[in-house]
Amino acid sequence: MRMRLVPDNTNWDFFGRSKLWLGISAVMMVVALASFFLQGLNYGIDFRGGTTIRTVSAQPVDVGAYRAALQPMDLGDISISEVFDPSFEADHNVSMVRIEAQNAEESISADVTEQVRQALATVAPDISFASVESVGPKVSGELIQTAVIAVLLAIGAVLIYIWLRFEWQFAVGAVLALVHDVILTIGVFSEVQIKFDLAIIAALLTIVGYSLNDTVVVFDRVRENLIKYKKMELKEILNISINETLSRTIMTSLTTMLALIAMFVLGGDVIRGFVFAMMWGIFVGTYSSIFIASALLLRFGVKRDWTRPDANSGNQYANIDA
Amino acid sequence: MLQIDLWKRVVIWGLVALGVFFALPNAFYTRVEMHNDAVKTIETQGTTAELAAQEAQWPSFLPSGLVNLGLDLRGGAHLLAEVKVADVYAARLEALWPEVRDALRPERDAVGTVRLQPSEAMELRVRISRPEGMARALEVVRGLAQPVVSLTGAGSTDLEVNGVESDIVITLSEAERQATDERTVRQSLEIIRRRIDAVGTREPTIQRQGTSRILIQVPGIGSTAELKAIIGTTAQLTFQPVVGRGSDAQAVAGVGNEILPASDEEGLYYTLEQAPVVTGEELVDAQPAFDQNGRPAVNFRFNPSGARKFGDYTANNIGSPFAIVLDGEVISAPVIQSHIPGGSGIITGNFSVEESTNLAVLLRAGALPAGLDFLEERTIGPELGQDSIDAGRVATVVAFGAVLLFMFLTYGLFGLFANIALVINIALLFGLLSMIGATLTLPGIAGIVLTVGMAVDANVLIFERIREELRTARGPARAIELGYEKAQSAIVDANLTTIITAIILFAMGSGPVRGFALTLGLGIITSVFTAIFVTRLLIAMWFRRTRPATIEV
Repeated sequence: MRMRLVPDNTNWDFFGRSKLWLGISAVMMVVALASFFLQGLNYGIDFRGGTTIRTVSAQPVDVGAYRAALQPMDLGDISISEVFDPSFEADHNVSMVRIEAQNAEESISADVTEQVRQALATVAPDISFASVESVGPKVSGELIQTAVIAVLLAIGAVLIYIWLRFEWQFAVGAVLALVHDVILTIGVFSEVQIKFDLAIIAALLTIVGYSLNDTVVVFDRVRENLIKYKKMELKEILNISINETLSRTIMTSLTTMLALIAMFVLGGDVIRGFVFAMMWGIFVGTYSSIFIASALLLRFGVKRDWTRPDANSGNQYANIDA
Repeated sequence: MLQIDLWKRVVIWGLVALGVFFALPNAFYTRVEMHNDAVKTIETQGTTAELAAQEAQWPSFLPSGLVNLGLDLRGGAHLLAEVKVADVYAARLEALWPEVRDALRPERDAVGTVRLQPSEAMELRVRISRPEGMARALEVVRGLAQPVVSLTGAGSTDLEVNGVESDIVITLSEAERQATDERTVRQSLEIIRRRIDAVGTREPTIQRQGTSRILIQVPGIGSTAELKAIIGTTAQLTFQPVVGRGSDAQAVAGVGNEILPASDEEGLYYTLEQAPVVTGEELVDAQPAFDQNGRPAVNFRFNPSGARKFGDYTANNIGSPFAIVLDGEVISAPVIQSHIPGGSGIITGNFSVEESTNLAVLLRAGALPAGLDFLEERTIGPELGQDSIDAGRVATVVAFGAVLLFMFLTYGLFGLFANIALVINIALLFGLLSMIGATLTLPGIAGIVLTVGMAVDANVLIFERIREELRTARGPARAIELGYEKAQSAIVDANLTTIITAIILFAMGSGPVRGFALTLGLGIITSVFTAIFVTRLLIAMWFRRTRPATIEV
């Protein structure tokens, strides 16, 4: 007896409410962008410079006392937060101390780290630093730039690839779906104020790759069915294609999700934000390849006559039927 | 399609065996690591019974390449330093003054007396007392310029010489600056490498980044402060003529002079001529030693040109003091007793034995030509690294188990084939990573977990397709064949797009992000290989043996 996540031969109508889905996505994108512009991202030191120190102590973390101990040092903006993880023992108390950049270019000096250690030792005598990471503002500015370029390049490269392999309508549909995924993911990071650092950029690019993977599989089937059912309406073809690939879509998303959930729960707190970004991205990516990429393709229409290449050139909007 | 040629089968199994073979050492990580360390030590220091025993822990006919653990997993220090290339310009121009003075001396009739003027750091200003002789003076000084030796600066000379009223202003040309920058950074890189190698840590990474930056990663070191202590001291050694001494740090030094503190006596300052007689760059050797009173000291020897300069100077200045200056502090200022012709000497000061040994190492490795700005530093403690490894390992195993179970429940026997392929896939991935000596980071582990999740995608595509083809009732063999055939284009397109993003990540990313991109990219390659070739081979073998009339996928 086999497990079936999706019944065989489904014939669900994915476009009956396509306007509704596009509308919901548009609203969510607006919310994401508004949050991004109004409250911004909780940038990690990779992007705004500064120092983070991970402290470990047997005593429970007292954020107030830590702050009071560091106050006389005049280090500017300090944020201290306690870190929880189910794997920590009772005598393993972790906090993250973040100090703003002290200098226009360079990272923090060893003396300052040592002073911080001594100051905190007055509160928790056994305190030790599990990690100290310091990035000077000069580098962090460049890291932002490279990250933005990397994401744009990835989207651009993919646009070109799909355009070469399919038609421009497919490429635009896929890329708009990607932009949708990236915006929604950045939106979540802004709304929940999870730390946004270099690793999250890697997660974003993975989402780009994954979402695309999904979209391409659907499009590949659309292309096949366009040739197979020459007279069928585009809407019908898209629906058939999505239904035919549905069990694969769900299956792959689930296995990937399973693996990521394991990493999220068991992988430790250091990597949790990164894994969260990917989980969210895979959820959004799966949704967008059906409800955004395909719905947009339906709106753009496609050139149908594959046997005569230029028969209706200049008339590629002819069969927009939505 | 289900008949696979013998040579193809051999190639497929051969590749799988090769991958597993190279992945093998990673299963015995600590043992192999000990073996590798022992081999390295035996190479340089000869063998001992203990080392031989460590070496014997891993047979030498097996591969011993391991996946390196990144700093976030092993603990260690990471530094990104920017070389202050402009430092060198000032030193170059400073050193030019005696040359200019000597060149203009024979022309005294035309240009009058020459005098060094205070100026900005990027230029050398020389005033002549007869401005009407400027044309001749410029001609002479321009004669000092050398052609620039570099690819981009071909045809240009290193100095730009201009007359401004009665001043000769000398600056470095653009081409020369570029060439100097290049030299400075390379030299810094080399010196940092030598200093870190001298300490002997395992697998340090010392890389140039961009035009003027150097990335240094040393696993196992306690903090960036320690690392900075190894590379940070510039050990800029110079021998400078002494003009006078006093207790006022703010005294007027006079043009071309500077005031430096004494290292061993609080409140004592020396006034020195800025242009050194000889610099540490001309040292060929330095050894820790003891002076005649049994105090720690450092013996040094100059190269021939340094020895000549040093010899000439000591011959001409018997009875006057000269200063030995290290990193802006006067270590000692002995009076020259006699002509020192051999080019060797001894530096005495208030050293401990450790300090004199360190100084000798620094002098031998050479001075950093310019100072360093530290732009980024990260220290990761070994416990945190170990926690991350443990967490990553558990997560990978659980993820793996969940996916295996899920695949089996959904696809039955075919799921089992896919699972075998998935195990082979991970072995191949580790084999590849070890072969190229890649570094595994925490995001890299996440990349592997993601690969585990996504690796089944190609198989899922194929199996779903086979299911569909089975519905049109063409018989099992034909359905399998068509399933593979028709799923191909979707697999290729889907994975190529992911590879594109992995490549961009690898090219643009740094550190941990690169590690992630690498495992993701290689994971895609191995998973496509195992899905298309290995599972198909397994299915073909099974099919030929059992010849089932119907199959269930």
